[in-house]
Amino acid sequence: MSILINKDTRLVVQGITGRDGGFHAAKMEEYGTNVVAGTSPGKGGQHALGIPVFNSVADAVNQEGANTSVIFVPAPFVKDAIMEAADSGVSLIICITEGVPTLDVVEAKRYADLKGVSLIGPNCPGLISPGKSLVGIMPGNIFKEGSTGVISRSGTLTYEVVHNLTIGGIGQSTAIGVGGDPVVGLYYLELLKMFENDPETDSIVLIGEIGGDAEEQAAQYIKDHVTKPVAAFIAGVTAPPGKRMGHAGAIISSGTGTAKEKTDAFAKAGVPVASEPAQIPDLLRTRR
Amino acid sequence: MKIHEYQAKDFFTQYSIPVAEGIVCRDVDSCLEAYKNLFSEVVVIKAQVHTGGRGKAGGVKIAKSPQEVRQHAEAILGMDIKGFKVDRVMVAQGVNIASEYYLSFVIDRNSRSVVLIMSREGGMDIEEVAATAPEKIIKIAIDPLIGIPEFLARKAAFMLFDSFDVVKQAVPLIQNLYKLFTETDASLAEINPLVVTKEGKLIAIDGKMNFDDNALYRQPEVEALFEPDEEEKREQDAKSKGFSYVHLKGKIGCMVNGAGLAMATMDMIKLYGGEPANFLDIGGSSNPNKVIEAMKLLTSDPEVNVVLINIFGGITRCDDVARGLIEAFKYLKTDIPVVIRLTGTNEAEGRELLKGTSFHSAQTMSMAISKSVELSKNRGK
Repeated sequence: MSILINKDTRLVVQGITGRDGGFHAAKMEEYGTNVVAGTSPGKGGQHALGIPVFNSVADAVNQEGANTSVIFVPAPFVKDAIMEAADSGVSLIICITEGVPTLDVVEAKRYADLKGVSLIGPNCPGLISPGKSLVGIMPGNIFKEGSTGVISRSGTLTYEVVHNLTIGGIGQSTAIGVGGDPVVGLYYLELLKMFENDPETDSIVLIGEIGGDAEEQAAQYIKDHVTKPVAAFIAGVTAPPGKRMGHAGAIISSGTGTAKEKTDAFAKAGVPVASEPAQIPDLLRTRR
Repeated sequence: MKIHEYQAKDFFTQYSIPVAEGIVCRDVDSCLEAYKNLFSEVVVIKAQVHTGGRGKAGGVKIAKSPQEVRQHAEAILGMDIKGFKVDRVMVAQGVNIASEYYLSFVIDRNSRSVVLIMSREGGMDIEEVAATAPEKIIKIAIDPLIGIPEFLARKAAFMLFDSFDVVKQAVPLIQNLYKLFTETDASLAEINPLVVTKEGKLIAIDGKMNFDDNALYRQPEVEALFEPDEEEKREQDAKSKGFSYVHLKGKIGCMVNGAGLAMATMDMIKLYGGEPANFLDIGGSSNPNKVIEAMKLLTSDPEVNVVLINIFGGITRCDDVARGLIEAFKYLKTDIPVVIRLTGTNEAEGRELLKGTSFHSAQTMSMAISKSVELSKNRGK
């Protein structure tokens, strides 16, 4: 099994007529994702890559039974796109777009909560349940079906870790990039809970980075609620304070959010932290 | 993005938040002129720099005469505070302080909302209060769909102040500061201290605002206040080319696709005994032009003696990346050794292409990093 997406996922791509939306819609289809629709206001009735295009997400839900949306629209239009999807009847929204104003995310996330819809991202690579469905921009070929859940704040670092898992013979149930911005949707706690409850996930890898205190909270949550073995990796040990390390959320401010605090929190919770990505498969093996 | 105190106070004034009157000066004579025009026997001379801890550094002084104004202005102008040179000061009216408070709005990652933070421990470093006496901090998460109706502002004000007279002044102040925060896409709007004067007036004595970089495209008034320092100029220049760059002090220049992997690369260099010269995320594609620009940026740092290129080819194929690198290095004249690690789709083909070139090609991140550290140490000798 897997969490959030699977063979029943029916995906609508918001912004399918754009360069990134079109490119990744094709990649997702190629992987086996059921891409049932795209949206582009004013282009309803057309087709893009053989996929029907609608004027609104609601039309895609009503006519094609879409239940998940992925957003590729430019940053200034993201708030509206998330709210439109939340209002349409889909149950999960994944926002790939980067550079979205924080207050837009705050508002759109609140609206999605009100509608009972889950949001992943923005500024994230999406997620994959290997062999079943891929939503977002992750390279499908590096993943392998299996039973380790992966949660990460990063994109290519996730690929690096997954690549190590896969060549080490450890497949993944679902791998999720939650996004690198200060405010994003689903995060460690919600996802740890889902993996803990997923009968076909037997272990979890958590890839964190500097900034905020979400890793510290995750460590506490794991200690209190997670029975499955967890291994962690924290990026940014050498990051200087006060500097934004690419991701808007990856910044050590007023001396908090350092890698050391996070590593210490995991150590206290009994979660081993790898000092380099290649160690993760061994850490998992010794724990399983 | 940060702005100066006087600029934050200009925003406060625009939003009807009462501030101690002040005048910005760039030289001693203007300070004396300002002292005259403020009609206040006591003034405070405050350094305007993009950093905290001005008071401790001697950048904030009280003056009670033209002589003292001159003396302090001379000392503060040109002063170095945590690496920031003071090129202007604010001469502000003195205030008869009865009590001091802390009030701010900030983005809170955990509640995924804007929170109002208040404390009766005004004038203190709020992080210190949070660490030592968290019970003295009041936090209220704001629902973005509702904002701050009057009842909520009143509820907050009653938590902070005892006098109803002050509460009545605090209600519009709280509402207006929130309005300012949201309308300018701030990430922090802080009044510390917020004071009640002996005359019973509520006034912002200090003001600090930071803004969301992602929203600057729609905040031209804020963006116009951007004053990058030397490091920020370099970062800004990199950003205009689609890079994310932070300069460090080591010798191994890194070029990586993706922020997380770029951080992990720096960390591993350190772990293996080397020193990273920078953080550089070149983003998704790695076309030859981008590689050329990135190499120019890295080699502009005289400390760099090895360049490490770590690319995880996901959607981008490694053979394409390798062709791009070979193409790019036709135009680059450098004797700095370059270590390349390509992993992902078509990595074997990519490595095959790099054979017979002057690049040091490595299969794994560990191999690439130990090679880079070794080369860097040998060149350092």
